Amino acid sequence: MADSETTITEKTPSPDAADSVDASGKSARRRKEASLSSSDRWTLWGMVGFPTFLHVSLIWIPAFATVLLSFVRWNGFKLSQIKFIGLGNYVNLFTVWDKDLYEGLLNNLWVLIFLFVIATPLGMLLAYLLDKELRGTAVYQSLLYFPVVLSLAVVGFIWKSVIYSPRQGLLNTTLGRTEQGNQIDWLGNPEFVLPVPFTENYGLSANFLALIVPMIWQHVGYIMVLYLAGMKSVDPSLREAAAIDGSSEWQAFRKVIVPSLRPVNIVMIVITVITGLRIFDIIDVLNNPIGTDVLSILVAENLLGESTNVGRGSAFATVLLVLCFGFVLWYLRNTFSEELE
Amino acid sequence: MITTWRSKVLSQSFLIFMVILWMIPLVGMVYASFRPYAETSTQGFFTLPDTITLDNFRNAWQQGDMLQHWKVTFIVVIPSVIILLFFSSMVAFSVSRLNWRFNVGLLMLFTAGNLLPPQAMIVPLFQIYNRVPLPTIPLLSESGELRGSLIGLILIHVAFQSGFCTFVLSNYMKTLPKELNEAAMVDGASLWRQYWQIILPLTRPALAALATLEFAWIYNDYFWAVALVQKGANRPITSSLRNLSGQFFTDDNLVAAGSLIVVLPTLLIYLALRRQFISGLSVGASKG
Repeated sequence: MADSETTITEKTPSPDAADSVDASGKSARRRKEASLSSSDRWTLWGMVGFPTFLHVSLIWIPAFATVLLSFVRWNGFKLSQIKFIGLGNYVNLFTVWDKDLYEGLLNNLWVLIFLFVIATPLGMLLAYLLDKELRGTAVYQSLLYFPVVLSLAVVGFIWKSVIYSPRQGLLNTTLGRTEQGNQIDWLGNPEFVLPVPFTENYGLSANFLALIVPMIWQHVGYIMVLYLAGMKSVDPSLREAAAIDGSSEWQAFRKVIVPSLRPVNIVMIVITVITGLRIFDIIDVLNNPIGTDVLSILVAENLLGESTNVGRGSAFATVLLVLCFGFVLWYLRNTFSEELE
Repeated sequence: MITTWRSKVLSQSFLIFMVILWMIPLVGMVYASFRPYAETSTQGFFTLPDTITLDNFRNAWQQGDMLQHWKVTFIVVIPSVIILLFFSSMVAFSVSRLNWRFNVGLLMLFTAGNLLPPQAMIVPLFQIYNRVPLPTIPLLSESGELRGSLIGLILIHVAFQSGFCTFVLSNYMKTLPKELNEAAMVDGASLWRQYWQIILPLTRPALAALATLEFAWIYNDYFWAVALVQKGANRPITSSLRNLSGQFFTDDNLVAAGSLIVVLPTLLIYLALRRQFISGLSVGASKG
């Protein structure tokens, strides 16, 4: 943890960043740039050029092309068959494919709600308890964090076979429901446990809830480590001061620790939102049961399915992109505020 | 801060409760994988074992063609991590140690790129990969085009993950004293030497943490391989899981054994390098 402690306290602008902030920064920057010899300048272009070329051509250009392709009709074979149809795909999105769209959006939203309402507070609480450095802390931390390093695809398999198996899984065994007639099929039941009021077709299906539980199981460790690193970075002298003042545990927590966690909160929000929007592996690996569509699944099924519909897939992908991008911009503004001033 | 005896006991009990609860799926996986399905499906899960067997592992290994998938996995993961760290450290050096016109903009481009969901670019990427021809190279490129080749997978991993690595490495390099570059320049060291011989060796702790983390992430990749490699046999191990689910349909213990085999490398690395994992993650996230 030593590494993380030193870097997390690094809130003050670095010397380089300070240069570009103050008034004389502009000229200093020019001077330094000019001081590069011509061979150094070529080296700089090379060092930056290759990685940037790869990153832009495989990430940013396709992301941009996704938006363009959402305005066309194309089956993905001959380039000459691409036909521009304006907003046609978006009209379909809200009329013909609306059930898919709303189910996908809603399921993504359920994931976010559960991660924010259950996983995040639980992770914060664990971080707070581990921060007390009671006996066994290192072991607890390692064990609780371990699910984070697993692939969500494998996590899906583990939960399917160990917890949810109708015939011998832990849940049905505990409930005494392993007989042929009375088994509960946790991953196969698309009935709503939580219908959205005033609608008939939308709600939280039982099997999607069963998939959210392992997502929580994994996410808690992530949140825990983020907040623990944040708490470790609190200036120890502030804690001592609080102790000398005779502050209660709760007072010390509120007055000393909470204010220092603001940067961690921002990271937590972005990571949780992005995780919730990206969800794909665990659903796909379990063969996408009815009632478990999310946006990313809707994008992928147009890619590899029998009938490729590039326009439809791109329209769903654009919705996903727009949702993410808002948070990305917000995160960049917060992270680079010093440099951008 | 005053910690009372009562709050200590409460905290301990809650932590132990959580750890036990959190370990149930993993302990269950290990336990199930050593028992025959015929036994657990009739006697139930909570019974003491009559038989302990390695049959599930043997079957999962053979039916899942694990050796082939592991081979593919390491051909993808190892070059990906090396090229990734090399590329990212060059960009991080250029944006954090030098002042030039686009340094902040470039860093923001990389940081943002890593936060986009892979599904947001897969449709065009799939079409591009279908259309870029590649010469046949044994193992690395056998499909005749970028799609289906391991080169294609390595490229997308490097491109996608370089956002995160550049961000982490540039944060780390910013903490190194500025005088290092100035002294080197006075001595007439070229830019390349400043990077390769002065800054890079000092960045070793961050590189080690990232190498561990990225190894696990790329090993865990499911989506890119499912989308960009059409032939099941050529997929890395994590993305070949779904093929197993068809074959293992009813035998949960076989699925558990298969999962354990897939998890094993990650588990071993985690046990050995736990600190690297945790510091890598919090280093990346900390600079908010």
